Amino acid sequence: MAGIKKKDLSHTWEKIKKSWYKFSKNPLSIIGATIVLLIMCLAIFAPFVAPYPEHAGNFVDFRNASQPPSLHHLFGTDVFGRDILSRVFFGFRFSLVMGFVVISLTAPVGVTLGLIAGYMKGTWVDTLVMRLTDIFVAVPPLVLALAVTSILKPSVFNAMMAVSLMWWPWYCRLVYGIASSIKNEFFVQAAEVTGSGKLHIIFSEILPNCLGPILTKISLDMGWVILIGSALSFVGLGAQPPTPDLGTMVADGGKYMPDQWWMAVFPAFAIMFVVFGFNILGDGIRDMLEVEEG
Amino acid sequence: MHSIFVLLGLSVLVFLIARVMPGDPARMALGPRAPENVVEKFREDLHLNKPIYVQYYYWLKGALRGDFGTSLFTKRSVADDIREFFPATLELMLFTGIVMSVMGILLGVLSARHANKWQDNVVRVVSYMGVCTPAFVFAILFLLLFGYVLNLLPTIGRLSPWIDHPRKITGFMTIDSLIAGNFAAFWDALKHLIMPGLALALGPMAQEARITRSSMTENLQRDFIALERSQAIPERRIMSRYLMRISIIPTVSVLGLDFASQLGWAFLVELIFNWPGISRYGINVMLHKDLNAIVAVIMIIGLMFLVVNIIVDIIVAWIDPRIRLGAERST
Repeated sequence: MAGIKKKDLSHTWEKIKKSWYKFSKNPLSIIGATIVLLIMCLAIFAPFVAPYPEHAGNFVDFRNASQPPSLHHLFGTDVFGRDILSRVFFGFRFSLVMGFVVISLTAPVGVTLGLIAGYMKGTWVDTLVMRLTDIFVAVPPLVLALAVTSILKPSVFNAMMAVSLMWWPWYCRLVYGIASSIKNEFFVQAAEVTGSGKLHIIFSEILPNCLGPILTKISLDMGWVILIGSALSFVGLGAQPPTPDLGTMVADGGKYMPDQWWMAVFPAFAIMFVVFGFNILGDGIRDMLEVEEG
Repeated sequence: MHSIFVLLGLSVLVFLIARVMPGDPARMALGPRAPENVVEKFREDLHLNKPIYVQYYYWLKGALRGDFGTSLFTKRSVADDIREFFPATLELMLFTGIVMSVMGILLGVLSARHANKWQDNVVRVVSYMGVCTPAFVFAILFLLLFGYVLNLLPTIGRLSPWIDHPRKITGFMTIDSLIAGNFAAFWDALKHLIMPGLALALGPMAQEARITRSSMTENLQRDFIALERSQAIPERRIMSRYLMRISIIPTVSVLGLDFASQLGWAFLVELIFNWPGISRYGINVMLHKDLNAIVAVIMIIGLMFLVVNIIVDIIVAWIDPRIRLGAERST
């Protein structure tokens, strides 16, 4: 028994090594992974790498207000004299936290519901869950999230809750599609015949076959959730000042647009950079898994 | 039938979100200094003192007759507000839809025809940029570049203030000015459309281009193409007649989803360009916690979404004979 288990492990390790080889052969995936790692490092070590860490919060220095980009302030300063580069580094923190929290709240819920509905296809559970997702996906997630945060009190926490509330149906539908087609495969039927419990079949037989698409979706979604979060802040329904949030910074900078362009443009580029990183990383993961399956 | 169910479900969901919230809607509407008897009267009028399902019943009864209550923000009937602001959004979204589908398919065909040549690589880079840039970042960058630096395009609204508004017939500024024969106004209205329209269209356009490219290169390997080539049918004709038709089916299916998600981003783009549409109205009422209007705006967006999906289904069935004939056979 122990021997078999060991063999299984080495097989898995071989698979991982093979996937990594394919992943590393794709220059775009490597760029994506590098960008994501870089942003994570910048976010985690923001207090050490930011040139002016004290500028993250309520800081006022009117002598240096509205400075254009220079060697001292690479991205310029805002109307309060705060270094925009430092605030962008701290802004990454909020974006990443937003992404992580929303996805770690929604992915398990959506995946579980999708698995159950897919496995019990044709029963009332399937109908109930899937019709519920129909309702949620009938409106763009941004609009519902805007409505919910506006009715609650605008804050980072409520923004995360609102986006989470809107996000689970997408995982549910993804997994439902795979699960409902896998449930007729022989290995699932074999498990049923040998008397495995429903929970065992759902989580040990069907779930492993959904992991690839789920992983791809998670990395693509990180970008989207960060975008939605910054959009909420842009409107003023997300992070409240003086929190350094990329969306808020774009919105505030937009007010001083033609003349002090750097206040909005650099945070805007920062958002693009984050989303770009997660997107090509997600594409790379998808290619890696597709090649492996094919 | 399914759509009606979704709309009803959505109304229940939105109604629950709007009512199960901290705070008293009547007190919030009238402000903290309103006397208690006035607030009580208000509650009575809006059935706010009844259980939530009774409230929903009254709301639904009104909504079916096109009555969404009064907006606390504009102090007018919500239905009137929506009637006023809706055409502007529809015009913007139609412009966006045309740009993104036409440009997206053209770019996709271009890069498929020149697969792995420089044209393909340019389109690929542009697609990546487009996919990962949110509409509001495009909006800000366009505003800076075309609006202020190059000074080519007007930055806010639908029409320059010095131009007489054409008489309102369709509510579409471009079409109304054409009907009025006012070409100066038409040109001005079109110029106002370009920036917000492009800001919304570029992301999905990039997506469409990528999908069209991959489905065209995939279908190029199929047997029927080899057959047509063996019959010496000109390459151009194969492309435009046979390959295009089958290859744009996935593009059109995604088009509906993309279009719908742009309805969400329109909320920010309309705000940035001060476009007097339903999305800017939506943001304003949300910031003012105007519940009747919030519910109505979300319902309208949901309705638009469903209509778009039905239209896309019809188009796909029209392009794809397998679906059309399959449906005919089964009936």
